[in-house]
Amino acid sequence: MRLIDWPMRGLQRLLGERRMAYVFLLPNLVFFSLFVFLPLIINVVFSVTGGAALFPSERPYVGGGQYAYLFDCDSFLDPGSCREDHFWRGVANTLRFTTFQVVAMVLFSLVTAVVLNMRIRGRGFFRAVYFFPVLLSPVVVALIWKWILQRDGLLNAGLTALGGQKILFFIDPGWAMFWAVFVSIWAHMGFYTLILLAGLQAIPADLYEAAEMDATPRWRAFWRITLPLLWPNLVVVIVLALIRGVQTFDEVFVLTGGGPGTATLMVVQYIYETAFSNQVQNFGLAAAASVVLGIVLFGLTLAQLAASRRRSA
Amino acid sequence: MTMRAWVSALAVVTGLLAVDVAQAQTTVRMSWYSDGNEGEVVADLLKRFEAQNKDIKIVLDQVPYKAINENLPVQLASGQGPDIARVVDLGGIARYALDLRPYLKDAAYWDANFGPFLEWMRPQGDTNSIPGFMTQLTVTGPFVNKTLFEQAGIALPGAKATWEDWAKATKDVAAKVQAPFPIAMDRSGHRFFGLAISEGAKLFDAKGEPAVIDDGFKRAAQLVYDWHKSGVMAKELWGSVSGAAYRGANDEFKNAQVVMYMSGSWQIAQFDKTVGNAFDWVAVPTPCGPAGCTAMPGGAGLVAIKTTKNPAAVARVMEYLASEPVLSEFYSRSLFVPGHIGIAAKGLDYKDASPLAKASLKVFSDQVAGLSPVAYKLQGYANNRIIFNAVISRVGQAISGETTLDEAYKRVASDVEQQIAERNKK
Repeated sequence: MRLIDWPMRGLQRLLGERRMAYVFLLPNLVFFSLFVFLPLIINVVFSVTGGAALFPSERPYVGGGQYAYLFDCDSFLDPGSCREDHFWRGVANTLRFTTFQVVAMVLFSLVTAVVLNMRIRGRGFFRAVYFFPVLLSPVVVALIWKWILQRDGLLNAGLTALGGQKILFFIDPGWAMFWAVFVSIWAHMGFYTLILLAGLQAIPADLYEAAEMDATPRWRAFWRITLPLLWPNLVVVIVLALIRGVQTFDEVFVLTGGGPGTATLMVVQYIYETAFSNQVQNFGLAAAASVVLGIVLFGLTLAQLAASRRRSA
Repeated sequence: MTMRAWVSALAVVTGLLAVDVAQAQTTVRMSWYSDGNEGEVVADLLKRFEAQNKDIKIVLDQVPYKAINENLPVQLASGQGPDIARVVDLGGIARYALDLRPYLKDAAYWDANFGPFLEWMRPQGDTNSIPGFMTQLTVTGPFVNKTLFEQAGIALPGAKATWEDWAKATKDVAAKVQAPFPIAMDRSGHRFFGLAISEGAKLFDAKGEPAVIDDGFKRAAQLVYDWHKSGVMAKELWGSVSGAAYRGANDEFKNAQVVMYMSGSWQIAQFDKTVGNAFDWVAVPTPCGPAGCTAMPGGAGLVAIKTTKNPAAVARVMEYLASEPVLSEFYSRSLFVPGHIGIAAKGLDYKDASPLAKASLKVFSDQVAGLSPVAYKLQGYANNRIIFNAVISRVGQAISGETTLDEAYKRVASDVEQQIAERNKK
């Protein structure tokens, strides 16, 4: 520490105490500019250019052409009526996935957090069990569940052992979406449970004691004390789960490959495939789609910030 | 001088010499994917090259097939990438390929032995460059689980049997032996087009521009669609994933769940090793349609990359690998159909192959003579993967019940048109 003591003191004398704060912010700002803001700008540039070249200087300017192509639909409610139907199928699937996933995730996380907050035997063990999947890579999670769910997987082995028929989970659109949501909840629920558990533990115990003295039923105490005081945590959980839902890619991609057909194709997979999988790597169209996705995520992030601010106010 | 001083001096001199040798060494980087054991074989051959050529060090990056198709083009577009790469999308990579002709000792050897395949690797309009050579010539075609036919007591259809004959026979076998996959076809446009061309698909108009949807194409798509409806094909390959994702049935075939597996010659080494004596498998001639019985040619080429800083060293490595004795050994050990006219003409002794593998290699080699010119034209077309990808994506959607075949036809045509227009945008 002594080594940097004298240059710091010198800088502080030179700049004054208030400006020193910016000196500490500068390295991170440079890092963010290089690896976050610069790629963002490049992405926006790509979204207004066309062709198959990679260097912006070699790409012809097409203005809003990529966006016009993306939004060329007879009806936004029918992806099949759009010129770029895969994008809109991805949008519809992402919305469906996010809605189911957020509702179910919040509900399960809340119930689990409430139970884990009770004085039950093996509480520490159960907390670890629910948190463990969060530590796994999404690809590992998807592979584990693929082994369980495939034609000759564990679940079908169990079903046939019980005299049932094999179910081909990945070729039925309904089942494929169900398992995509289920696996995502299984993998991430522990994280949200932890946030809610922290919120539950911050609720003063004397409120419950007072309610108990008033002979308030448990469900009423939950409704009148727990939920209102947990609400800020719940809002954070909902917004974080929403952002994660919209960004979903790796788990579902490995689990279902976006199929059957395009039943579980998510927007991020569409962007990835448009940019990298097709023979003509259509960076312009992929960039335009990611700008649209970015705007949605930006809106959700603002919502999260507003919610956090309200919580701390 | 003491003994210790002598030893120190010797060590210094040795060290300096080593540094000198190391400094004189040129590093050549090669990206390589494998279907079977060819990665081991080429690594062995390259070790021999390095032993004879101390001034060249070869770094062999063994990468997955997906990385070659998806990451390598982006690397190359950004001016990065290896000096040599083993690629499948020959047309797509053509603009990044180095013309080896000025660096080769004997360009005539390459023209004579790789001539027909060089066209596949050249950019459009180029009729002279030598970008690389074929590490294998592949031919699409079916493998049949003969044991399942025997267990079912059903005779294998003959050499000129139609696709419909095979569909019926395999379905009967599957029903008797409880196999879930009567016919499994790789989820790959390349595999589909053997059937489509046999059904009469012409693919190109009089000007040579793509005209994918015609009656022949529709007949083939309808067959595949109907087979999924009737249970001849299971939805797990074509109907389970989205977009241009490839899906094979290697594991299912190895586990004796597939009666007939429509794949290709590159699988022989793998099946020879993994199936072993578990059951008898045979390659059979490609089934026939009204327009013939053609397979699709293809293969992987080893291509020199334009951005290399050491073209002369790259050319030496390529010359070594493409030389007749080395390439013969490579084909023979990896059980590949030769993509070298001279070796193919002389015939190849696959010493290490089992009788089953040898018989399969013969069947595939015999198919080469019957390949349709349309199949060659499609393989040589620089934008062929645009067509392949559009077909599996859209026909896959129809198979999974998401859209109709008629809608899929329209989408295939518009996808191909839009992507080619995007590529040509300057």
